[in-house]
Amino acid sequence: MRTIIKYVSLDLLRNKTILIYTALLAAISIGVLNMDDNTSKGLLSLMNITLLFVPLISILFATIYFFNSIEFIELLLAQPIKRNKVLLAEYAGLVLSLCAAYAVGVGLPLVILTKQMAALVLVVNGLLLTLSFCGLALLIFVLCKDKTRGIGIAIITALFFSLLFDGLLLTFIYSFSDYPIDKPIVGLVALNPIDLSRILMLLQLDVSVLMGYSGALFKKLLGSTTGSIYAVVCMLFWVAVPLIVSTVKFNKKDL
Amino acid sequence: MFLRTLITTIFFSFASCCYAATIDVYPGKGSIQSNINKAIGGDVLLIHRGTYKEHDILINKKLTLKGENFPVIDGELKYQLFIVTSDSVTIEGLQIQNTGRSSMTDMAGVKLLDVSHVIIRDNLLLYDTYGVYLQNSHYCFISNNVMLANAKDEINSGNGVHAWKSGNLTIKDNKISGHRDGIYFEFVTYSKIIHNISIRNVRYGLHFMFSSNDIYRQNQFVDNGAGVAVMYSNGVTMIGNTFRHNWGDAAYGILLKEISDSKIEHNLFVKNTVAIYMEGTNRIGVAYNEFDENGWAMRIQASCNANVFEKNNFQANSFDVATNGTMMLNTFRENYWDKYDGYDLDKNKTGDVPYYPVSIYAVITERVPVTMILYRSFLTDIMDQVEKVLPSIIPDQLKDDYPMMKKWDLK
Repeated sequence: MRTIIKYVSLDLLRNKTILIYTALLAAISIGVLNMDDNTSKGLLSLMNITLLFVPLISILFATIYFFNSIEFIELLLAQPIKRNKVLLAEYAGLVLSLCAAYAVGVGLPLVILTKQMAALVLVVNGLLLTLSFCGLALLIFVLCKDKTRGIGIAIITALFFSLLFDGLLLTFIYSFSDYPIDKPIVGLVALNPIDLSRILMLLQLDVSVLMGYSGALFKKLLGSTTGSIYAVVCMLFWVAVPLIVSTVKFNKKDL
Repeated sequence: MFLRTLITTIFFSFASCCYAATIDVYPGKGSIQSNINKAIGGDVLLIHRGTYKEHDILINKKLTLKGENFPVIDGELKYQLFIVTSDSVTIEGLQIQNTGRSSMTDMAGVKLLDVSHVIIRDNLLLYDTYGVYLQNSHYCFISNNVMLANAKDEINSGNGVHAWKSGNLTIKDNKISGHRDGIYFEFVTYSKIIHNISIRNVRYGLHFMFSSNDIYRQNQFVDNGAGVAVMYSNGVTMIGNTFRHNWGDAAYGILLKEISDSKIEHNLFVKNTVAIYMEGTNRIGVAYNEFDENGWAMRIQASCNANVFEKNNFQANSFDVATNGTMMLNTFRENYWDKYDGYDLDKNKTGDVPYYPVSIYAVITERVPVTMILYRSFLTDIMDQVEKVLPSIIPDQLKDDYPMMKKWDLK
């Protein structure tokens, strides 16, 4: 398994897309952080960029990569290796290189240019988002036979989580605004990794007060460390669940 | 020669009886109260360095109490300290500390009852429930005092300067911290609050109730539990104050409730949750203020009427203006808004298209506060952009017809 991970990540580190992705992230981070002497504003802009680009690029790139390496996977499966191991190794190799790209592109400038706890949270957020959206890509790969359809679904998934979900949430809040919906909302937010990471990030910045302003529950739940732990645990579920489902499905898949 | 000596002697003895005598007070040699009882009007009590464990010191004559090197008057956390019932008393240079706490009487470091022309200056008032307490007192002058307390909650604490039913007071250059309200005014008129620093008080930095025709200027209100509240008053002038980091669930830079005919000018609002909150206010001029990095720069309830907001700078606020209705009877003009993206083709320095300071997301959060959970979501950004192109929900009467292209220089 370790050998497969090694080959996959070595192959990916030479990939031009990953290099461009790293360079782009680094350029944006340095630019944003240097533009303003107020680092918490820079962090907010970086958060927006992370929330928008990291899920989209992770899921798209991962899906395309998995479909492209289907022959390699088939070749490996001809050897006496367990199916699970092959799949997880592919995933691990990919995630390793994408996470490295994010860590170098955003993490390094943040560590050098800021000294805030929030910066660390942003990096962790970006890594968790990469992990969960690569997991979703793996699931898409396992469930679809066709590459084109897979990429289509990947795009829709990314759009759904970054845009459509919030729209639905807003509609829900609007239609049930006469009822005490604070608790269901906190539950519903857990269904979207992007929202989770946005809230996790906002909790670190002092704008979190604005959220507390609207309801005692938000203040109590999201304003405390319990809130942060809740968000992180939900994010970890978003990493684990797609992985587990895809390994189960892959075991039964007719290749 | 003899006659001359006689006249001089008579003159001097006459003069000495009318001149103020200076009475020295040392710790352990006669109490302050007994010295006050011995003194006659116009005397100066020079209180020397040391600790005096006395309480309920009644000053009922026109005396000057002067401390040398800050002698300590200690209430041992049980009693109240000075009670002034005579006009024209001066208390200066004392360290007045540790009053008791009681729900029956308001225990104060210095209590002024029905007096006028009293001066309280250069004192240290430490850990007192109330620092200086004025009741039906006029023309008093409270300056250069440091009032420090460690109040934890609103119930068991008092105010730094507490004035009730008074008038023509001057409160100047005081530093107040850790009380319930830094300065509290109830039924106080024609008074000035100048150059004070009020920080980290449990409730308000400054609290006005039913107090008209007062001026406060060049004060600093920092990090107070709820900022500054001005309620049920008119003719209040607020100039050149700094409201900084009044940050929390119910914190405001200024909370205005039922105020009319007042002025808010040249103030600086930085990092407040809500810089100005207005409810039922009429005919207020808000001009030349700087709003930086606030959660909401202004929340204007629909019950406000005929207020004019002009020549202010709005920068880096999460929301510029929020309101709870569609009706808007106030005027906005010639403000600088950093979120304005119009153009100025005729080069008259004001934008050619009006600026709508209420964003759609601000309207939505005002109607349904729970939507705050979507703060900084990509969706809400898109909604704001769409609304700019196709306005349908935001109150269209709330607009600045002449938004400035460049920031006002308000320094």
